[in-house]
Amino acid sequence: MDTLAIEVLLWCIVALVATGAMAVVFARRPVTTIIVYVITLIVSTIALATACWILVADAAVAQQLRLPIGLPWLGAHFRLDPLAAAFLTVVNLGGAAASLYGLGYGRHEHAPGRVLPFYPAFLAGMTLVVLADDAFTFLFTWELMSLASWALVMAHHRQEGNARAGYIYLLMAGLGTLSLLLSFGLLAGTDGGYAFDAIRSSPLSPNLAAAVLALALLGAGSKAGLVPLHVWLPLAHPAAPSHVSALMSGVMTKVAVYGFVRIVFDLLGPPIWWWGAVVLIFGGITAVLGVLHALMEHDLKRLLAYHTVENIGIIFIGLGLALSFRASDMRGPAALAMTAALFHVFNHSVFKSLLFFGSGAVLTATGERDMERLGGLIHRMPYTAFAFLIGSAAISALPPFNGFVSEWLTFQAILLSPQLPQWGLKFLVPAVGGLLALSAALAAACFVKAFGITFLGRARTSVAEKAKETDICSLSAMFGFVFLCLVAGILPGYFINALSPVVQMLVSAQMPQQTALEWFTIVPVVESRSSYNGLVLFILITFAACLAAYVIHRWASHAIRRSAPWDCGFPDANPAAQYTAGSFAQPIRRVFGTVVFHAREEVDMPPPGDPRPATLHVYLQDRVWDALYEPIAKVVGVTADGFNRVQFLSIRGYLTLVSGALVVLLVVLAVWQ
Amino acid sequence: MAVILDVLVQLGQLLLVLLLAPLLTGYVRKIKARLLRRQGPPLIQPYRDLLKLIRKEVVLADNASWVFRVAPYVIFAATWVAAALVPTFATGLMLSPAADLIAIVALLGSARFMLALAGLDVGTSFGGIGSSREMMIATLAEPAMLMIAFTVSLLAGSTQLSSVATFMQKPDVGLRVSLAMALVGLIMVAIAENARIPVDNPATHLELTMVHEAMILEYSGRHLAVIELAASLKLLLYMSLIGCVFVPWGVAVAGQELTAYAGSVVVYGFKLAVGGFLLAVFETATAKMRVFRVSDFLGAALMLGLLAALLLFVSRSV
Amino acid sequence: MDRFALDVAHLFAGGLVLVSFMLLYQDRMFSLLNIFALHALVVSLSVAWQAHIQSAPHLYITAAIALIVKAIVIPVVLHRIIVQLGIHRDIDTVVSIGQTMLGGIGLVALSILVMHPITSAAGTLVREDLAFALSVILLGLLMMVSRRNAVSQVIGFMSIENGLILAATGAKGMPLVVEISVAFSILVALIVIGIFLFRIRERFDSVDIHALDRFRGEQP
Repeated sequence: MDTLAIEVLLWCIVALVATGAMAVVFARRPVTTIIVYVITLIVSTIALATACWILVADAAVAQQLRLPIGLPWLGAHFRLDPLAAAFLTVVNLGGAAASLYGLGYGRHEHAPGRVLPFYPAFLAGMTLVVLADDAFTFLFTWELMSLASWALVMAHHRQEGNARAGYIYLLMAGLGTLSLLLSFGLLAGTDGGYAFDAIRSSPLSPNLAAAVLALALLGAGSKAGLVPLHVWLPLAHPAAPSHVSALMSGVMTKVAVYGFVRIVFDLLGPPIWWWGAVVLIFGGITAVLGVLHALMEHDLKRLLAYHTVENIGIIFIGLGLALSFRASDMRGPAALAMTAALFHVFNHSVFKSLLFFGSGAVLTATGERDMERLGGLIHRMPYTAFAFLIGSAAISALPPFNGFVSEWLTFQAILLSPQLPQWGLKFLVPAVGGLLALSAALAAACFVKAFGITFLGRARTSVAEKAKETDICSLSAMFGFVFLCLVAGILPGYFINALSPVVQMLVSAQMPQQTALEWFTIVPVVESRSSYNGLVLFILITFAACLAAYVIHRWASHAIRRSAPWDCGFPDANPAAQYTAGSFAQPIRRVFGTVVFHAREEVDMPPPGDPRPATLHVYLQDRVWDALYEPIAKVVGVTADGFNRVQFLSIRGYLTLVSGALVVLLVVLAVWQ
Repeated sequence: MAVILDVLVQLGQLLLVLLLAPLLTGYVRKIKARLLRRQGPPLIQPYRDLLKLIRKEVVLADNASWVFRVAPYVIFAATWVAAALVPTFATGLMLSPAADLIAIVALLGSARFMLALAGLDVGTSFGGIGSSREMMIATLAEPAMLMIAFTVSLLAGSTQLSSVATFMQKPDVGLRVSLAMALVGLIMVAIAENARIPVDNPATHLELTMVHEAMILEYSGRHLAVIELAASLKLLLYMSLIGCVFVPWGVAVAGQELTAYAGSVVVYGFKLAVGGFLLAVFETATAKMRVFRVSDFLGAALMLGLLAALLLFVSRSV
Repeated sequence: MDRFALDVAHLFAGGLVLVSFMLLYQDRMFSLLNIFALHALVVSLSVAWQAHIQSAPHLYITAAIALIVKAIVIPVVLHRIIVQLGIHRDIDTVVSIGQTMLGGIGLVALSILVMHPITSAAGTLVREDLAFALSVILLGLLMMVSRRNAVSQVIGFMSIENGLILAATGAKGMPLVVEISVAFSILVALIVIGIFLFRIRERFDSVDIHALDRFRGEQP
């Protein structure tokens, strides 16, 4: 069997690991930064090319390879099938771009020894998870990915809040891996066949399968940021250096989605309808809560991290729909929903990386992540601003960019769901559709805020006034993604076609071939039902805008005069009087915040004569944190306090404890037999 | 030959919406003035305003960026394209496969995104207040609109507006509760989206009550003209949308004789006249509501859309 | 013809649900009364239509009673009570209007879900009519629990009664006697509540029913 591609990929991993090891030794030298990022850039590009080639050229065959490392009786299995190839494309595209960006951004790093060794290891971990073909390799590389990213989160551990972020991340990652471990244990059954091939060939009873689903949802969901397991994500993702944030948000969450898809769609066997309902509920809630949290946020990078939570929700809505359709053996709709979810995986990795790159450029130029201290950056950093604007439009699901296409496909899948026979789904799906629509509209509001407050208006501080445009490497990484946002938006047919072998593998059906139609129109089911053509829309809008501008400038007036802003006759020279991020979000906070966040506002108005400034305090509660994590933390604290006494026993006491434990275990054994 | 006719019809639609839009705005203003026993400006006043504005120089704020200067044209182009894709007097337009109802809603969303950014660009507090409120309204209006789109397309089995209009012309559609709810919801959304009373007042310049006008406060000259034209186009678009989905009679089908098209243009004009009259009467009879009551108003529209879609999901089973 | 008749009946039933939602949406006393009059009007139209298609003349009397008593007399009387008491201000709500309406959607979904297995033998339209009637009743209950003001509670109570009439006429079964007695009992209820309102007002200077809580026997 031809295993060329998988060998190339494994050699790429070896190169990455070697680079990491080299970086440990030479971390002090400035040139190491450039060498590491150049090597990761080259290696990721090679891996990207290999994965794309597999996806486009001969996708039907899966390449398998077994290496005699790891557990002696198991070895390490690797496999490259269409699903793995699709996610490898996402991983390595993000990796290549982040490396290119890191070439410029990494020069400002003040502690390169904490970043450079772990960065290649992180890339290697993510690639390996996707390649793994047995439970042991999967979990080991999953843990490698988690630990490497944890080390990167802790790179700036002296900054306020980062240590806490790292701690919570470590806890949640541990919980996730534990759940995945248990789910693989159930999947392997008592025979202990841990290779994925053995798992596929041994079906589970419905109850056990449901338990595996729950554990997979917990394990992969905690890594992807599914509500209520999302709490670590907005803390940890922004704490890392920006190109790593881009990788964590844009790519690592996708690896988690991959884990879920691999377990539920590939290993677990035929689904039951209520699985889809559970996934849909979690997806819908995640989408809306994520974007509402993002709206309340003033920290640019944390806002983006919360948007990752939202987009994961949208992806899971697609996956839930695919599960429901598959359970009722409706293959065409299942293929549509699955394509929508996978396409959104790709799209989100593109625009979220782009936006994190942009926020990193802002951070380098100003040293600020707080939007309230920025403003007017479009004059100082025009290229970054343009790239960020395109990314914002794409994530807000606005045509003609790529985010709209995948959400549109999801809506089309929702519109097919009245044919589902289950009553529960009939009620649930329109409600989830409403939630999806709501989250799309809220995302647009949020990115008007993010872009408008950061880049438009007047500079609010002197650092924002003196910002400088970022370097050429970072800009080329950003503009590469801008190009992809547009191309995937106006020619989505090619991307949908490239995904069809993956969808075929997962739900045994695929969407109609898209590129055959004239003018690159895409059609989810049949043409009389619905169609969309980004290319025509893009051309029409461009043409209409240019025509209007030309006609007016040619035949009417093109005179222009600069003057002070009119502002209804109030000349206010102070940039502090502009709308801020907090005031922009205030109407939405009043509409949604009282229910979701228990939002309260308090005005502290000093009496006349008091020179103190009046202040407005906004109190928000994270109800998930209060309802779920606080009690757990409290129980853990109380238990730990109880056990604390055990620490101060006499020697006799310890001996009693040990022998008592031994006796209890023996008794258990006796009773068991 | 058929292709040439298709191109002609599509071009005709593009020009028709562009030329009719200011007239509709002027007509609504005239009716409102007459209802208040005022004489009112002549019907062609909006055209005169536009011509005047495009010939004037632009007074640009000192720190306005390229976003501020590009936004009007993008807004206009997106709205115009969207308006050209809604069947007005004929279905089966040449460009209609390019965008279905969901895409048209999203195109309007693109226009609003740029408008809200333009409001923030100069860095004045009025621009900010307008953008902030506009986006708050949009966060409820857009999902409501999408739920209504769901309802209509579930019934018609298509999100393509031409197919929807053709389906609605059939006699066996009958009277549907879902459709009634969708109609009420769509009217509420249309009122909010077009900044009409009771959500916003297009005639006001009283600072604390305006939304749309606050965003475009800094615009002047040709930029303002283009934005005003886009606003008129949007009003026309929503009226055409209500017309094509709920009163689709008299719309020409693709491939007919030219005389049939002429007749359907007249019918379309009549629908617009009725719609504009009803809008004027409604606006005259109601008072503007508080900004934070708008969320209840649009929340109700969203609920109606959701309820309508829910009923259809349920009744599909048998 | 038959299809059209059913469609119209269905539309009236759906319209009644719509008006029930409008009742929930109101935040002013007088507009609440106007919408309630509309509610009664829709009921009487619906009943009249049923009378027409079932050829059951006694239902016309029911329609007339609904029209005269509930669309005209009760709103006018309540209007005068409100003016006399001077309580034409905003309506105090326990939970916000948006949340109430969200709950309302849930109740409609619930009633569809409940009616589905019971009446699966009947056609879709009949089933949905019954579901609509149940929705109107539940929405009336929701209105009573989510509003503080005594007048809006009265209106919630009356809208429940409208829902009952809708259910009864749609199922071709309500005898005239029952209807007349129900109508009278509603009138009596109105009188009692009217007197009651005046008494509360005299005692506590408010028609907020919370004022009564202090006088419940079970509290220390």
